[in-house]
Amino acid sequence: MIIGGILVITRKNAVHSALALIGTLLAQAGLYLMLYAPFVAGVQIILYAGGIMVLFLFVIMLVSIERTEKERQFNRQWLVGIAAAAALGGLFITVYTKGKGIFPDRASAPVEMQNTQNVGTLLYGQYMFPFEIASLLLLVAIIGAVVMAKKRI
Amino acid sequence: MHDLIQYITGYLSSDKTPGAAGNVFWAFVYIVLVFLGLSVAVIAMNWLERKILAHMQVRLGPMRVGPHGLLQPIADALKLLLKEDIMPAEADGFVFWMAPLLVVLAAFTVFVVVPFGPTHAITDMNIGILFMLGVSSLSVLGIVMAGWASNSHYPLIGALRSSAQMVSYEVAMGMAVVSAILMTSLNPQGTGTLSMIGIVEAQQSQATWFIFKFFPLGLIAFFIFGVAMVAETNRAPFDLPEAESELTAGFHTEYSGFRWSLFFLAEYSAMIAVSSIAVTLWLGGWLRPFAHWLSGSTWDKAFSLFPGISFLFLAGMCFFNAARMPKHPFFRIQTIGLAGFGVVLGLIGLMLFIPDVSVRIQDIFWFSAKVAGFMYLYIWYRGTFPRYRFDQLMKVGWKVLLPMGLGVLILTATVGLWPVIRQTIWHP
Repeated sequence: MIIGGILVITRKNAVHSALALIGTLLAQAGLYLMLYAPFVAGVQIILYAGGIMVLFLFVIMLVSIERTEKERQFNRQWLVGIAAAAALGGLFITVYTKGKGIFPDRASAPVEMQNTQNVGTLLYGQYMFPFEIASLLLLVAIIGAVVMAKKRI
Repeated sequence: MHDLIQYITGYLSSDKTPGAAGNVFWAFVYIVLVFLGLSVAVIAMNWLERKILAHMQVRLGPMRVGPHGLLQPIADALKLLLKEDIMPAEADGFVFWMAPLLVVLAAFTVFVVVPFGPTHAITDMNIGILFMLGVSSLSVLGIVMAGWASNSHYPLIGALRSSAQMVSYEVAMGMAVVSAILMTSLNPQGTGTLSMIGIVEAQQSQATWFIFKFFPLGLIAFFIFGVAMVAETNRAPFDLPEAESELTAGFHTEYSGFRWSLFFLAEYSAMIAVSSIAVTLWLGGWLRPFAHWLSGSTWDKAFSLFPGISFLFLAGMCFFNAARMPKHPFFRIQTIGLAGFGVVLGLIGLMLFIPDVSVRIQDIFWFSAKVAGFMYLYIWYRGTFPRYRFDQLMKVGWKVLLPMGLGVLILTATVGLWPVIRQTIWHP
């Protein structure tokens, strides 16, 4: 996954970057599987690797590649970038060394066979309201995209 | 050594799939069997498609290689293996090399969860159907990669068409699949399942195939899936990504030899995969026809004769055609070969009459027979429907199938919850 991530930002060819990103997303699905969350892994593969990345590739393939090959790859904000990366790294190190109390020592292995059903009950039971709000937000986003894309409806 | 034998034989008495029982040896055996079976099925499909299309167009089809062209697919495969493997000079090497591998990998991986029977599946996953849809949607990536890496115009247009088409039809397909999954939750506990084996067991316990459930809702959902599945596998009448008259061969124009044959293999095994999704979700998977209407041990016995009879029928066809062969010395080897093939088929058929064998083989037979029906439909579509134009294709996908799918989904949920709704309205 990390190799894929590094490839995404270092490849000059945009299509290669996108393919590396697909590899990263698939590796992330594998991480979900290892966390006993097969449903999230399946959704990850369908939505990101199968759906969104195909649209990405679709757009990238239409962009002329010759021009991007010649452009400078790195911009001039590396100072801010390094500062942000160092801050995030420091946070990770702090959590790793001093974070004994934050996380439980070891979670009991959940039952794999009931994962999808549990996700369903939680989403449509306890978290019904946030779920509906999120879907409303997506609906607004869709309508906004249509309005912006189509001048004359 | 003894432990090893114990490990291998211990599975035989279990009633789980090798994956669920955690038995690596039998899982490997099943994987090899499924792989071999698929390869044979693809070879058979190759011959059958050419033959059936030819007969639909009042031609003879392949007749030269072997009796009635039976050895044609083998000759084709040999030709493809010996052909020079050309890579265009301007192609993107790694992506060009990777694309057919990815397509084949996606097409074969989905068979991990296909339930040929209650125990005849490599494994059973909690997310079975999601896994199948997800992994089979990865094959579009391979197609896009192939089209782009060839660095040529026709493949690029084919790949663009393919990605647009597959992404749009996936939506309608998902709606149809969800409405079938909703039906699995109509049990006292009220929880459905995504596992392929669980879906067929739900049809068994509800004593109906989902195509007939809530008539006509199940039928409409099945119809939507049936159309979307043809579009999803890039077959006629939705074969725009490889439309010969417009794009030479679409995304695989620049491929030749073995790599091209990988695309061919992937296309046919993807067809088998989506057909087996349809069979599992709507046509009762491995359940035999009329399992509840004509129940009882007599009918069970009668239906268990079908596998043997169908093989004997094929053997009879072989003998009939061997007898009709021209009586010329040139044709002697072909006649003997055809009769020998008939003898082999007949022996297999006779073996299937042994009660112990027929009990174990029955679920596989019914599943394969239903999938074979879909395969014939594919050929039939190709022989009869003219190709759609691209805007018509998009219109059908977004303006017809998607609203229909949404409507069926809402209606299925309403009808399924009807007892609860009535309870709250009339007896608050």
